[in-house]
Amino acid sequence: MTTAQSYLEHSSPPGRRGWKAWLLTHDHKRLGLMYLWAILFWFVLAVLLGLLMRTELMGAGRTIMGAETYSSMFTLHGVIMIFFFGIPAIPAIFGNFFLPIQLGADDVFFPRLNLLSWYLFMFGGGFAIFSLFFGDGFPDTGWTFYVPFSISSAGNVSLTVTAAFILGMSSMLTGLNFVTTFHRLRHKGMGLMKIPLFTWSLYATAWVQILATPVIAITFVLVVLERLLAIGLFEPDRGGDPLLYQHLFWMYSHPAVYIIILPAMGVISEIIPVFSRKAIFGYKGIVYSSLAIAIAGSLVWAHHMYTSGMSDVSVFVFSLLTFLVAVPSAVKVFSWVSTMYRGSIAMSPPFFLSLCFIYLFTVGGLTGLVLGAAGTDIHVHDTHFVVAHFHFVMLGGTGFAFFAALHYWWPKMFGVLYRNRPAYVGAVAAAVGFVFHFVPMLILGMQGMPRRYYDYLPQYETGNFLAGFGAYLLVFGLLLMLLNLVLSLRGRRTAPANPWGGTTLEWTVPSPPPVENFTATPEIKDFPYDFSEIVANSKK
Amino acid sequence: MESSEEHRHIVGYGQLAVVLALLLALTGVTVAVSYIDLGFLNVPAALTIATLKAALVLLFFMHLRYEGPIIRYGFITTVMFLAIMIGFTFWDVAFR
Ligand code: HEM
Repeated sequence: MTTAQSYLEHSSPPGRRGWKAWLLTHDHKRLGLMYLWAILFWFVLAVLLGLLMRTELMGAGRTIMGAETYSSMFTLHGVIMIFFFGIPAIPAIFGNFFLPIQLGADDVFFPRLNLLSWYLFMFGGGFAIFSLFFGDGFPDTGWTFYVPFSISSAGNVSLTVTAAFILGMSSMLTGLNFVTTFHRLRHKGMGLMKIPLFTWSLYATAWVQILATPVIAITFVLVVLERLLAIGLFEPDRGGDPLLYQHLFWMYSHPAVYIIILPAMGVISEIIPVFSRKAIFGYKGIVYSSLAIAIAGSLVWAHHMYTSGMSDVSVFVFSLLTFLVAVPSAVKVFSWVSTMYRGSIAMSPPFFLSLCFIYLFTVGGLTGLVLGAAGTDIHVHDTHFVVAHFHFVMLGGTGFAFFAALHYWWPKMFGVLYRNRPAYVGAVAAAVGFVFHFVPMLILGMQGMPRRYYDYLPQYETGNFLAGFGAYLLVFGLLLMLLNLVLSLRGRRTAPANPWGGTTLEWTVPSPPPVENFTATPEIKDFPYDFSEIVANSKK
Repeated sequence: MESSEEHRHIVGYGQLAVVLALLLALTGVTVAVSYIDLGFLNVPAALTIATLKAALVLLFFMHLRYEGPIIRYGFITTVMFLAIMIGFTFWDVAFR
């Protein structure tokens, strides 16, 4: 089996060399890597912007920037983190790379469309950069582009939302590709209940991408039309309704947070059983909860609008629905914890990061309940409590899962092993730094510190000062992990086909995988997480 | 399980012509109804006819009738999703 040349040495379609082998590739794995580098660039950039904001907040008054720069900073940080990192990261990188392999397929169903998605992603990125330096200045509306400010702001809002529009197309095409691949290219022997959980989570996500993205695309077009032609849809003095904008925005953007978290949950569902050497607890429960989250998560958008002046009936209904989403999320957390119970745990960097995920995500989920209840939300709405809550979910959750995925699949993607010690040091620093950064923010928020301000009242100084140290430690940890991974590419400690003892199909092919993934027909197990063979082999 | 082989269905000209005739007739009905004042029912009547026409186009011209379950369910999900989006927004507008 190992005689097949790896995808890194062999191009698809065959015969292409040099840059053409990459820029014109149809290979889902090469595209995964191309997304990896592009997304890492954006992630590091936005992390540094976050650090600058934190530095500004460490002392009261103006420290390193003024109000206007700060407004642009949180806008850019938010836009990049959501549209360039959170939404694409796990599906576009690991989904592209592993979904076809986990399904026993040799590529996605529409390989050329896959390439087009990558170009749209890059084009959207180029557009975003362009929008910064041309036009009337940096956008300063926050990543939510709320009207009426986004209509009257002098910043270059039109171009920035156009960039997000283009990224939306890229995201939809990826979703379409995944749904089609799932149905049409899945190995004949792989019934629905034999599909790995990561792929299931991507499938649920893909539907949300396909169905919800058009809403934001249209909304952004409307904002541009409002700015250019003043059509009066959202402006009250022209008979428009600003709340309509908020509805339309959150109709996409709330499901988008599930686009961000569901694949992360899929990653954790892969890693926990492998390092517990034990079948995942409640496989079906996890599958159905992914689908339930995708569906129920699409029905709760207006819980961002409790204080906006929406009708009381809406507040009541959306609050109720919000509590429903907590149920399937909790099902997953219980399943992961039960999987570890009486397992034979082997510690490793991806497993450690997954444990951090479970803890941080759970805090994120629980603080979400405080916000989901309409009464308590009124107290903490638009404060640093909210900012801390969604960082617990998006950085503590998706961010840590992203790093877990990097550490789990890196040996498969590149065929090299990384050093464990720097990975652990980085992960511990990131986790401790995270808590130091965001727990003070939860408290500051409850004390009433509003979000999106570069300055604050004197009583908030201690908390902000402490949080600054947390941020530096956190960023140090994240960058150390990345550096360690990148340096492993030089060392060439070759990875075996199955370094962790995984049971899903990607671990049955060589590292890195051959161009068409499988050289022999893959053997489909009755249950994807059957560790009996792995355990028997390790006892020998 | 879904089958992977392609099955193409070719709709005959006769059938297409019938659908076209129906569509034109329904357009006539829309125009005719617009001259009668039905009070509150004006809008529901126009929407019902429009929905019927859209259904004909989808089923025959766009082949939904001959497609497998995935495409059908995919389509129905999409329409339901849209209905929910619009419906839930009305909780706000209607009770504000
Ligand atoms: C090292 C990592 C990070 C640091 C230090 C950081 C820090 C910050 C800070 C200081 C703010 C501004 C708070 C305010 O004044 O309102 C902020 C806002 C925000 N962050 Fe982060 N963050 C980090 C990672 C992330 C990640 C991974 C995501 C998402 C995937 C994210 C998404 C956002 C969003 C959406 C906003 C709101 C922007 C707005 O108000 O429009 N951040 N972050």
